[in-house]
Amino acid sequence: MTKFLIKKLSYLLFSLFVVATLTFFLMHAIPGDPFTQDKAIPEEILQAMFKHYGLDQPLYIQYIDYIKGLLSFDLGPSFKYQGRTVNEIIAEGFPVSLCLGVEALVFSVIAGITLGSIASFKYLKWQDHLTMTIAVLGISIPSFILATFMQYLLAMKLDLFPVARWGTFSQTVLPALSLAALPMAFIARLTRSNMIEVFQQDYVQTAKSKGLNSFQIVTRHVIRNALLPVVTFLGPLAAAILTGSFAVEKIFGIPGLGQWFVLSITNRDYTVIMGTTIFYSAILMFCVFVVDILYCFIDPRIKFQEVRGSHD
Amino acid sequence: MQRLLAAFTLIALTAVSCSPPPPSGEKRQEIRLNIHTDPPSLDPRKPADTTSSTVIRLCFDGLMRRNEQGRQAFGVAKSVNISEDGLTYTFTLRESVWSDGTAVTAKDFEDTWKTILSPNFPSEFASELYILKNGKRAKENTLGMDAIGVKALGDYVLQVDLEYPIPYFLDMLMTHYFFPVPSHIANKDPKWAQNGGDLYVSNGPYHLAEWKHYNSMVLLKNPSYWDSQSVILEKIDLYMIEDEMTELSMYENGDLEWIGSPLSSIPVDALGSLSTEKDFNHYQIAGTYFYIFNTEALPFTNKHIRRAFALSIHRQEIVENILQGGQTVATSIVPPSMWEERNSYFADADISLAKKEFEIGLKQLGITADKLPAIKLSYNTNSGHHKIAQAIKEQWSMALGIRVELENMEWKVFLDSVSNHKFQIARMGGIASYNDPIAILKDYQYANSRMNQCQWSNKKFAELIDLADHTKNTEERMKVLSEAQSILMDEMPVAPIYFYTGSYMKKPYVKSIAISNLSEIDLKYTYLEQK
Repeated sequence: MTKFLIKKLSYLLFSLFVVATLTFFLMHAIPGDPFTQDKAIPEEILQAMFKHYGLDQPLYIQYIDYIKGLLSFDLGPSFKYQGRTVNEIIAEGFPVSLCLGVEALVFSVIAGITLGSIASFKYLKWQDHLTMTIAVLGISIPSFILATFMQYLLAMKLDLFPVARWGTFSQTVLPALSLAALPMAFIARLTRSNMIEVFQQDYVQTAKSKGLNSFQIVTRHVIRNALLPVVTFLGPLAAAILTGSFAVEKIFGIPGLGQWFVLSITNRDYTVIMGTTIFYSAILMFCVFVVDILYCFIDPRIKFQEVRGSHD
Repeated sequence: MQRLLAAFTLIALTAVSCSPPPPSGEKRQEIRLNIHTDPPSLDPRKPADTTSSTVIRLCFDGLMRRNEQGRQAFGVAKSVNISEDGLTYTFTLRESVWSDGTAVTAKDFEDTWKTILSPNFPSEFASELYILKNGKRAKENTLGMDAIGVKALGDYVLQVDLEYPIPYFLDMLMTHYFFPVPSHIANKDPKWAQNGGDLYVSNGPYHLAEWKHYNSMVLLKNPSYWDSQSVILEKIDLYMIEDEMTELSMYENGDLEWIGSPLSSIPVDALGSLSTEKDFNHYQIAGTYFYIFNTEALPFTNKHIRRAFALSIHRQEIVENILQGGQTVATSIVPPSMWEERNSYFADADISLAKKEFEIGLKQLGITADKLPAIKLSYNTNSGHHKIAQAIKEQWSMALGIRVELENMEWKVFLDSVSNHKFQIARMGGIASYNDPIAILKDYQYANSRMNQCQWSNKKFAELIDLADHTKNTEERMKVLSEAQSILMDEMPVAPIYFYTGSYMKKPYVKSIAISNLSEIDLKYTYLEQK
């Protein structure tokens, strides 16, 4: 077990290093720099800015300096937001996105599994059709359309929630629902199809013939096996949803991390691009790592070695 | 004469600085606005963007400040003496204090300006201070800091020496570029301007009590401000909502008292229906939207070709059918809100003249119209720029029978290719940073300057700009600048298209929000009228 964990972790760190290196050089390959603006600034002032931020050094030296900083968890200063560090930006934005993400995640998992289970119990009946219609809508309507629609209907017309901003619980409801719709729909469909498949398995038939009631069959034999693919999906989903969404954060004016992924690139704020990318990759890899471990607990057939074999 | 003028200005300034108190009511003097984004920096010495400068203007006071009527008035300075040659300004400062109780002294101004001009200080706008004697040389590290033309002669006397006698110097002092920072705090703690609160010591009408990054700010009235009796608002809430539709929804829902330009913008799609509402207002901005020609790339090396392209644009059509926000047709590069007398140098959509110019140009270049390769028009990705470019493409092919290719690019990629001269025609636009025609014309003085992306140069033009810099007499100076603008508009390295306007929505009970034609907004005198 320990050996497995160490090996997994070292793979993870190596992947992070590759991500950091690739991002660093790709980012510098894009035309423009942090100080390019429509009102061009004189050469000597540009040079002073470059010098201040170490951008006058050759690229490989900048890279070495950056990696050195990274090893001591120093992600550097932001070029655009003068005086603020990337560590501060992440430390301020991430808790907000995390809070919103957890709310959305909990909602999508509970609602998704419930809807999926209902649909599979009532396979091809009206309940099945209804929940699957909701699921198709959830998958096909982009979050920003849903967000705008809910903002108009629930906040402006019915006055049930605030239009936007961040700070109180009521302000989190609409953005959390907008974020939850897609994963909820996906989980519902996934749960339904897996449950239907598992229902037809021999061991379920055996359980039935042995005289177990349907509640016992579902909790002991069906859910456990049907949820495996859902757990696989949860890893990347958690990483995506916890680090924030650009569209939803923008529409509701939420000071989360999601907007920085996009803004940092438009601003060519190099250190913020690097910081957010590495942070996101780390969270993503961590979530996948946790999912791998979870497998072993949910499905006793899977041993640590097998996990490694099938997923590396 | 100069002294007399200074004395007269002084009297005029003192006269307008006393304003009647507004009606007081039960309404709480609190206002909520959206500033669109988190200010990149609130250290007055660093940022050059509108959001930062707006918040800085609310928290700080310079030597000069706009009064309630939007005119130039004294701020921290209480009088000024201008030397005969117009090169030396001696300011007498009033006794005022920072929000922590420390006195605001002439030394604070000297230290701040010198820091901005020191070679390694990361200030984006340092070149605005090049009008100070030896400012540029200090930045380039060819002269020491002591040579810069600013010196505190005691606690309350500041002497400023200029590079040349510019008549708009007092106007420039109203911009945040010349605001002081509390040296006793800024020198000790480099993070002083980071988060607001007590550490963010300022000397203006309001004090930044709270700053939640990318979320909101709370500004409270600064009781230690020297002119606090003129300040009625007790609290200003500034939100940072990026989405313009959300901003509009919040305004309609009563969550904001004021939205729009210059802090953010009203969604273009909603402009048409909102423009008839009584809350809707618009104002002229000293800024121009224009196309630049790369005068080092064929066929725009030829003046007649450039003129043909500029003359065949039908601006009225663009303003009326595409923009619909009260913008006006531009047939000069300097906007009329800055210079009313000289605002038209050619006729809009003069197709017959354009055709003639086109023929002459082609003949001089030795090619025929059908041999002319497709012309590339570049702009940054934006639906507004795209619509205008499409219309102009049609107008050019109709008038001159040429092929035009449109090329849109991501903002910084676009700026990069323009500053590296990889373009034929490119979209540009700009708002002047101070109210003088030279703020716009100076960019074209030298071909090798980074600001002159069209690489155009003209010896006579450069001489005239230089002459204007050294001409003290206002009338003569304007004549010189007018001649310079005629050269620019005759040679047409740039094709002006329209003059900017700003649109905003304001609740009817909000009074005295001052917006200048330089897109500066000030809430010093703002108050809420009892409904």
